[in-house]
Amino acid sequence: MAWLDTVLQGVLLGGLYALFATGLSLIFGVMRLVNLAHGDFSILAAFLAVVAVGTWSINPLLALVVVAPLMAALGYALQWLVLDRLLGRGMLPAVLVTFGFSVIIQNGLLELFSADSRRLNPGGIETASLALGGGLAVGWFSLLTFAVAVLLLAALHLLIGRSAIGRAFRATSDDDATAALMGIDTRRLHGLAMALSLAIVAVAGVFLGIRTTFTFSSGPDRLLFAFEAVIIGGLGSLWGTLVGGVILGVAQTVGAKLSPGWGVLTGHLVFLAVLLLRPSGLFAPSRRVDS
Amino acid sequence: MSALTVERATWASRIGFACALAAMAALVAVPFTGNAGLMRMIVELTALLVLAQMWNLLAGYAGLVSIGQQAYVGVGGYALIVLADDLGVNPFLAVPLAGLVAATLALPTALVVFRFRGGYFAVGTWAVAEVYRLLVANTDALGRGTGRTLKAVFPLARETRELGTYALAVAIGLAAIGAVYFYLRSRQGLGLMAIRDSEPASESLGVDVFRTKLAVYLIAAFGTGLTGALIYLNLLRISPDAAFSINWTAYTLFIVVIGGLGTLEGPLLGTLLFFAFREVLADYGAWYMILLGLLAVIAMLRFPQGLWGLVAARWGIHVFPVRRRVRRPG
Repeated sequence: MAWLDTVLQGVLLGGLYALFATGLSLIFGVMRLVNLAHGDFSILAAFLAVVAVGTWSINPLLALVVVAPLMAALGYALQWLVLDRLLGRGMLPAVLVTFGFSVIIQNGLLELFSADSRRLNPGGIETASLALGGGLAVGWFSLLTFAVAVLLLAALHLLIGRSAIGRAFRATSDDDATAALMGIDTRRLHGLAMALSLAIVAVAGVFLGIRTTFTFSSGPDRLLFAFEAVIIGGLGSLWGTLVGGVILGVAQTVGAKLSPGWGVLTGHLVFLAVLLLRPSGLFAPSRRVDS
Repeated sequence: MSALTVERATWASRIGFACALAAMAALVAVPFTGNAGLMRMIVELTALLVLAQMWNLLAGYAGLVSIGQQAYVGVGGYALIVLADDLGVNPFLAVPLAGLVAATLALPTALVVFRFRGGYFAVGTWAVAEVYRLLVANTDALGRGTGRTLKAVFPLARETRELGTYALAVAIGLAAIGAVYFYLRSRQGLGLMAIRDSEPASESLGVDVFRTKLAVYLIAAFGTGLTGALIYLNLLRISPDAAFSINWTAYTLFIVVIGGLGTLEGPLLGTLLFFAFREVLADYGAWYMILLGLLAVIAMLRFPQGLWGLVAARWGIHVFPVRRRVRRPG
C-alpha cells in the first residue's frame, strides 16, 4: 500500500511537471526557441503572487487573475522587443539571451526578496486530503493541480487543433516564411505564443509555491524537469508531455522513497535512460505542435 | 603575373607578441613582490580566462552551446582531492591528471548529450551536470553534501604552496592560450572554423563534423577539468553545490559574450572586464551579475561579435591571427 501511495503521489506530481513542460514545448514548437529562463519565469510569477497576497490579502489562487495576465504581457513584450530580433540568426543568440534572462531574474529576486524561502498559503486546502479507502489518501490540492493541468492541456489542444489562431500557430511552426506570405503576422503570433507560454508557467509557478517552499534560485530545476518531461513524452506531443511529466514524477517519488537523497537524481537517470533507449521520446512525434 | 601570397601575421600580432612578452615578464616578477593577495587574484583570473577560452572553443567555434561545463569544473576539483589525498599523487601533478579524468568522463557524456540538437543541447548538458552534482552529493567517499578539504598540501609551507599554485596557474594560462591559438591555426582548426561558418558546406568539402565537434568537446572538458583542479588547489575546500554551480558557466558565458564570441582576444578582454566589474560593484551584492546579464543581452542584440568584435571591425586589429589572408603583391 505504501508503494501504491508513492506511485499515486508521483502521478499527481507529474501533472504539475506537465504544466511546466507545456509552455516550454509550445514556444519550441512555434518558433524553435528554447527558453532557458522558463523555470525562473515561474518563480518570478510565484513571487508576484507573494506580493499580491501581501498587498490585497487575497488567496494565492485568486492572485493568478492578476499574475497570469501580467506574465503574459511580460512575455509578449520580451518577445517583441528582444527575442524576435534574434530568431533567424540561428539558435545561439536566443539561447544565450534567455540564459541572461535567467541570471537577471534570479539575482533580481535575490536583491528584492532576499534568499529566504517562501511559501504561498491558500488557507487550508493544501493540507486537506481525500481518503480513498485501504489506507490510501490523496491531497485535495494535488488532485486540483492535476485536474488543472489536464484541463489546461485539453484547452490548449483544442486551441491549437481547432481555432484560427491555432491554425496560424501550426502554419508558423511548419514554415515561418510561407505563413508570413499567406498573411500571418508572424511577429505578433510569436508574441502571443510567448504570452501564452508565460501565462501557463505563471499558473505552474503559483501551484508550485502552494505545494512547496521556493527561493530565488528554484527556477533552473523547474526548467530541467519541464525539459525532461517534454523529451520523455516526445517532442511535439501535448499528451505525451503529460505522460512524460507523470513518468518523471513517479520516478522522483519512488527514488525518494528508496533513499531520501535520490529523488531528483532518479528522475534525471530515468530521463537519460529514455533518451538512450528511445531518443525521440515514448510517443513518436509527428512534426506538429499538436498531437 | 605575380603570385598570390598567403599572409598570416598582422602588425597587431607583432605588437601583441611584444606585449605578451612584457606581460610574461610582469607575471614572473609578481612572486618577488611577496603579495600573496595579488597572486591569489591572478590565479583566479587565469582560471576564469581558461574556462572562458574553453567555452569559447565550444560555443564560439564548434557551435556547441553547453550550459553544463560546471560538470567538468566539479569533476576536476574532486579528481584533484581523490588523486592527492586518497591515492597519494603529488597535488601539483594531480592537476593535469584531473584534466584527463574529466576528458575520460566526457567521452561517455558526449554520447548522451550529442543526441540533442541546437538549443536542446544547452538544456541537456545542464541536466547532465546536475546528474554529476547529485551523484557526488550522494557518495560517502566524496563527503556527500558537505564536501571535502584538500589535506595533501598541509605538510607544505604556505609560501611554497602559494608559489607552486601561482606558477602552475600562469603555466596553464599561457599553455591554454597557446594551445587554442595553434589548434585554430592547424588543419583541424581550419575545419572547425569552416563548421562554424557553415556546417553543410564544410561537410560537403570533407570536414568530419562529428569527429571535429567531439574532439573540441573532449579538449574543452580536459581544459575545464584541469582548471577546476587548479581552482580547488587554490581554495582547498570543495562542496558539490559550489563546485558544480551553474555560476561557473554563467561567468564564462558573460565573459565570452561581452568580450567577443568566436575570437581569441574576446575572452581575454572579457575576463579583465569581469574582474573590473566585480571589484567596482563589490559592495552592491548581486548587482554585478544583473548588470553583466543585461550587458550580455544588449551585446547579443546590438554587437553580437562582442566588444572585441567592435574593436576589430573599427580598426582591423587582430592580435591572434588565426585566419589566412590572401594578398596580391603591391
